[in-house]
Amino acid sequence: MSFKFSRREFGKAGLAAGALATLPISLVRLAFADSAQDFTFAYISDSHIQHIKGKEFVRNWDQGLKRAVAECNLLLPKPDFVIYGGDLAQLGTKPELDHGAEIMSACKHKVHYVMGEHDYYLDLGEYWSKLFGPHTYSFDHKGVHFVVLNSILTTDEWTFKRWPTAKQRMDEMAGLDNPNGSPFMVGEKQREWLKKDLEKVDKNTPLVVLSHSPLQKIFKNWNFWTDDAEQVQAILKPFKKVNVLYGHVHQIQYNKIGNIAFNSVMATAWPWPYPQSYALAESHLPVLTVPMNRADPFFERDATGWQFIGMNSGRVNATFQLPDNDTRKVAYNTKTDKPEDVSFQDPAKRIPPQNHY
Amino acid sequence: MKWILASLMFAALSSQADTFSKEDVARWQGEYDSVAKYGRTLWTNSAKIKLGTNGVACAQCHPNGANSHPETYPKFQKQLGKVTQFWEMVNWCIRNPLQGKDLQPGSKEMTALIAYAVSERKGVKLEPGKH
Repeated sequence: MSFKFSRREFGKAGLAAGALATLPISLVRLAFADSAQDFTFAYISDSHIQHIKGKEFVRNWDQGLKRAVAECNLLLPKPDFVIYGGDLAQLGTKPELDHGAEIMSACKHKVHYVMGEHDYYLDLGEYWSKLFGPHTYSFDHKGVHFVVLNSILTTDEWTFKRWPTAKQRMDEMAGLDNPNGSPFMVGEKQREWLKKDLEKVDKNTPLVVLSHSPLQKIFKNWNFWTDDAEQVQAILKPFKKVNVLYGHVHQIQYNKIGNIAFNSVMATAWPWPYPQSYALAESHLPVLTVPMNRADPFFERDATGWQFIGMNSGRVNATFQLPDNDTRKVAYNTKTDKPEDVSFQDPAKRIPPQNHY
Repeated sequence: MKWILASLMFAALSSQADTFSKEDVARWQGEYDSVAKYGRTLWTNSAKIKLGTNGVACAQCHPNGANSHPETYPKFQKQLGKVTQFWEMVNWCIRNPLQGKDLQPGSKEMTALIAYAVSERKGVKLEPGKH
């Protein structure tokens, strides 16, 4: 094994008070000859802050985000930054985005935001932009090139011509299983931007692409899907080490297609069934994926969570913080050249709650 | 005369027995389908009646009814410490994530929710008790 674990309990007085003192937060650290590119960042996603009326919001979803932010603030070593992976709001309204931004403001680290469909389809991301900035951008960090895409766009016809009101457009896209929705896409304009952005990047530079929807095709009915995924993958192909991180699916998934490693991140709000749980439609969960445990609904936070990401020699290692459940780690195995669960990848080691049907 | 009466009664009885036509079958299926359809509108929170008080819909966690598993009920629910029926779990969800009030087991709404959940598991084999 080429990696070692360094476990760091949060027992430090003053830092970890109350219930949080017992959090078993630990870091996976991979030892490589070139550690110059090694760093960590945290990833919070899919909080779906939902407005009821006045100053009331759905308590359950608020709690998920608050807990993630509080735990994230306790990480040691401190993460270099935080990614928010999209769907901060449920129906893209100003009260929801404001309330989400307020909870996020407790985060002590710099946050880079990714657009989700629940943030977008009311005003096409206008208010979100005022709070968080551009929808599409890139930045460099310690030798790694990060790209943020708005992958939840769809056709102009669907976006601009089909719905009588912006609210109805939002409602139609918000229903995961709603047949009136439309497949997500990055779109030609952003693909051209991506080509231009990557022109100046050396092919040996590790890439991390952040999108809300998976830049691979898993299950169309629930938009675990990006319609132009292959075209985006083709743009990424010339680079030696490409990592795609995505939210939207509210569950652990990982995959490898050519040189591109894919990792999903968890939702802080609620879990979603794995696509194979819907018996009436065809789906393609990546064969690499060992599913997370089936949720115990009696524990409100079960099967939700957040994650921190170790960047090690240009590859992603994801550690999933799962309240009321064991931490899961999906690390890049340099021997098999694939992301793998460090505990459960061997089929003999899997447990009954990982069986989804 | 007695014989005629008896045969008339027999004829009347036989016409009341459960014989039915293709049209009947189609009509009955249509009745079920319309109830399941109403169940879907309740499930997605698009019906006039709201099951909860906070705007949360069943479909937020259970798209296409997935992970509700009506085909496994009744089954032992360790959190309740007993063998439980599907409608009891539906009410659990209405009380907790939806912050609403229990539906009567035989109510129009509960029947519709169950009809919908089961319709999304069409063709899946019954596995009572399964976890």
